[in-house]
Amino acid sequence: MSKIRSNPLGVKLDRRTFLKGAALGLAGTALPLNKADASFWEAFFQKHFREMNDDEKKKVIQRLEKEYEQKYKKAIHIGSEKPMPGVLFGYGLDLSRCIGCRRCVYACVEENNQSIDPQVQWITVLRFKKGEKWIDLEESEKYYNPEQVPESGHFYMPVQCQQCENPPCVRACPTQATWKEPDGIVVVDYNWCIGCRYCMAACPYGARRFNWGEPKRPAEKINPNTHYLGNRPRYKGVVEKCTFCVQRTRNGRYPACVEICPVGARKFGNLLDPQSEIRYAIEHKRVFRLKEDLNTNPKFYYFFAYGR
Amino acid sequence: MNIYGKKIGLAILIALFPLVCAVFSFAESKGQEVPKKFLVPPPPFSPGIFPCSQCHKYMPVNKKQRKLEQMHQDITLKHMPGGWCFDCHNPDDRDKLRLANGKLISFDESYYLCAQCHGVVFRDWKAGLHGKRTGMWNGEKQYRLCVHCHWPHDPPFKPLQPLPPPARPADIK
Repeated sequence: MSKIRSNPLGVKLDRRTFLKGAALGLAGTALPLNKADASFWEAFFQKHFREMNDDEKKKVIQRLEKEYEQKYKKAIHIGSEKPMPGVLFGYGLDLSRCIGCRRCVYACVEENNQSIDPQVQWITVLRFKKGEKWIDLEESEKYYNPEQVPESGHFYMPVQCQQCENPPCVRACPTQATWKEPDGIVVVDYNWCIGCRYCMAACPYGARRFNWGEPKRPAEKINPNTHYLGNRPRYKGVVEKCTFCVQRTRNGRYPACVEICPVGARKFGNLLDPQSEIRYAIEHKRVFRLKEDLNTNPKFYYFFAYGR
Repeated sequence: MNIYGKKIGLAILIALFPLVCAVFSFAESKGQEVPKKFLVPPPPFSPGIFPCSQCHKYMPVNKKQRKLEQMHQDITLKHMPGGWCFDCHNPDDRDKLRLANGKLISFDESYYLCAQCHGVVFRDWKAGLHGKRTGMWNGEKQYRLCVHCHWPHDPPFKPLQPLPPPARPADIK
């Protein structure tokens, strides 16, 4: 005789029936049969980007391009250019020239398809008072809004991802959704990011951004030249960051922030090429890196070109 | 025979010495004289003002230092105290600039004129450090002339209006 328990609703349920029902119910929740089209399953079982071969990458990119086309009603190209051999990207920023005009912040937003509402910006320009404790980040101001810049008695320091050689964010990621590429760029696979934000806690530079809401950007303002690891449109609940404009730099172009800077304070090049601008800066100017003592070994060099 | 051979060789060397020297010095002077051309956009002239000879061809040259009253009144020189037009402009052919050594250069090479005083900055500019670059980090770069950012008659970079600051956390709905 099976053991039957009564319950307050008066439903009589033996163990066997309960287990059957539970199994069916679980199957129903785990397998959303209603939207079980091929694309959903492909996305669900997508491999890690670094474990995919070229054919698999191509398939994934085709699927994503189709998804984006449905969403934005325009063709969006997703590239997957590989790192160039013998290239390690480095960035230079001349603090004696920067006037804090924030042109770079908005050029970056346009190039890299950041969300406009909620606002996501990869570059933060910090304003410091001259002559005080020099680089006290707690005393810096990022909401400054005068009529004209530069303001007397102040200097400006834009901060973005420092592309560390020893990136703490990569070690913190539980799903290996972020990693350092051979050309030195730290990238995020937005399809592997689970949104735990451990990387944001680990980053000493506050360079990573989280999509708290569905990223909103008008379709006509979407930059259609994208890279899988770079500026393709993101999802709600994933982390994103500066990639040195991987979609441009892997094709030999300068990053968008370098090209917009009206004072030419931003420099970019190959650290392994002795003829590059960035090597000239490191060899001839007074250079420092932000929070060097943390042993993150950033490839983002701040320098002073004015006065030797 | 052996000794003769050595002597003849020596004689030939001595005879050729001036020629060898000439070849070397020619190569050296060539290396100095051929300047590297930088890819720059055309100089930022006010519309219709160039070529200068379109007016100046018909005017007598007045080399007296004075305040200009009929034309170019908008230019007040706030660069190089005590300087005036013909320190840089060439009185005899207005479509050229003139270096201190008398050499004439065109307006799209005006960086040589600036480099006469601002040598350190010129060195950085040639290396790609001073000033803005666009184009390819591993290929052809678009340079800018000094005068694209520094108006030569009043050179400091002009202030700009900053773009809006980021949203404060308190303003996010």
